[in-house]
Amino acid sequence: MKFDEIQLRLLEEIAELHGVPEGAYNIRSNSEALGRRSTEHIVITPKKDVSGIDIEIKAGTKNESVHIPVVMTKSGLKETVYNDFYVGEDADVLIVAGCGIDNCGDGDSEHDGVHRFFLKKGAKVRYVEKHYGSGNGKGKRILNPVTEAYLDEGAEMTMEMVQIKGVSDTTRTTLADLKENAKLVVRERLMTHEDQTAVSVYDVKLSGEGSSADVVSRAVAKGNSFQKFEAKITGDAPSYGHTECDSIIMDNGKILAVPSLQANNVDASLVHEAAIGKIAGEQLVKLMTLGLTEAEAEEQIINGFLR
Amino acid sequence: MLELENLSFAVSDEGSEKEIIKGVSLKIENGKTVVITGPNGGGKSTLARLIMGIEKPISGRILLNGRDITDLSVTERAKMGISFAFQQPVKFKGLKVIDLLRLASGKRLSVGDACEYLSSVGLCARDYIDRELNASLSGGELKRIEIAEIIARNSLLSIFDEPEAGIDLWSFSNLIKVFGEMKKNNPDGAVVIISHQERILNIADEIVVIRNGKVAKAGRKDEILPSLMTTEELVGVCPKNV
Repeated sequence: MKFDEIQLRLLEEIAELHGVPEGAYNIRSNSEALGRRSTEHIVITPKKDVSGIDIEIKAGTKNESVHIPVVMTKSGLKETVYNDFYVGEDADVLIVAGCGIDNCGDGDSEHDGVHRFFLKKGAKVRYVEKHYGSGNGKGKRILNPVTEAYLDEGAEMTMEMVQIKGVSDTTRTTLADLKENAKLVVRERLMTHEDQTAVSVYDVKLSGEGSSADVVSRAVAKGNSFQKFEAKITGDAPSYGHTECDSIIMDNGKILAVPSLQANNVDASLVHEAAIGKIAGEQLVKLMTLGLTEAEAEEQIINGFLR
Repeated sequence: MLELENLSFAVSDEGSEKEIIKGVSLKIENGKTVVITGPNGGGKSTLARLIMGIEKPISGRILLNGRDITDLSVTERAKMGISFAFQQPVKFKGLKVIDLLRLASGKRLSVGDACEYLSSVGLCARDYIDRELNASLSGGELKRIEIAEIIARNSLLSIFDEPEAGIDLWSFSNLIKVFGEMKKNNPDGAVVIISHQERILNIADEIVVIRNGKVAKAGRKDEILPSLMTTEELVGVCPKNV
């Protein structure tokens, strides 16, 4: 498998890859599979009816990883891809997804990845997803990911979702349903520039007793960009849910935070927090007393905030 | 040497100008430790913020080693070698202790070097280096990290605004030791400390008393300190039982 310069740069941005990853992988470029590898415990098979793959992770698989990066370098491509992950009992794996679009042309490029995760009893998944755009064409770089997670008893999933740069337009939808003692942790980092828009919607159901969800988003809106964060947690059982949206706005950036909680059980304990504001003046002054310019101070504060 | 020439500062208070600093003139020589004291609300912190450039005077001049810095920004003054330890350390989401120490020193400090700065303020470095500078740290811990940053800057002029306030379990004598070490490692650096505490007044070469926005007294410690202890010049210090 050979990569060109742009593919390599995108792969590095979204998956910190400098070539073919270790373990199982499926690398997709411009709507074609560039390479694929299954391992003894992780089997990747292409879907027959639609574009996408099935990833089967056998019960008890430990310390293994799956990389499924997507890169798009042709202008004007639009695709929807369906990837289903079946994670066996007590498996413990890292899944690295992510999509990088380089659009130098005038046509809009769009990748809509629909990822479904089915975690069996006691399975653990750390899911890392980075979205990135580059290129100086007039065409937009659009990403509309849908992530669904179904967690059986005692399963745990941590999602780290990051979109820092270059994506013109995104609507992110994340749905989850948790059985007894299942646990979901979401750490989302979003930064938008210029005229970009980002909408992030969460709908998490705490169906089983002892289940818990912690959905935390940190967002920065610069330029004329707009972001909407809409997080809903429903507690149908004795459970614990927490959602937090912490945002910084700069220039003419706008952010709408819509946290919502619904408790259908008297022992469901649900909390939401939301805060939007500009960078605190005293933070800028403090870093300036260390010799940073105002712009450098801003950069440090934002980098830290989105870390 | 830092020179303040007839420095004044005012804030607008319900439409009228309220003067906080009224024509202060002072000289702070290199290598000296100067403690600024006086009653609360007298203008001590404002004076320190004027020196750092956080506030701008309405009249008067500030000179550093002969150069007029009155119109320079905070950043430019910091680059010239002025440091400022805040009375209330600023918190950051996401920035870590080591990030601030690196920014303060202006170098990509190794973890080992960063640890030395933390150890000098009595913090077990290993436990702190990767901590975020947020509300998970106590006021006292933040304060000591703030002091470590100033040590890391190794400045021409280091200003401490009430360094003893809220240092919790860490003792006063350790704080005094820090100032002693600073002087040893940076003998030409001047240190300005705003404080009410007798033990800090005791390490001064010179003491300046600021009251109602003016210099009420200024001079060598042995000239000023006895009068402070016998009169009630120092509001904020418990009167001594003689």
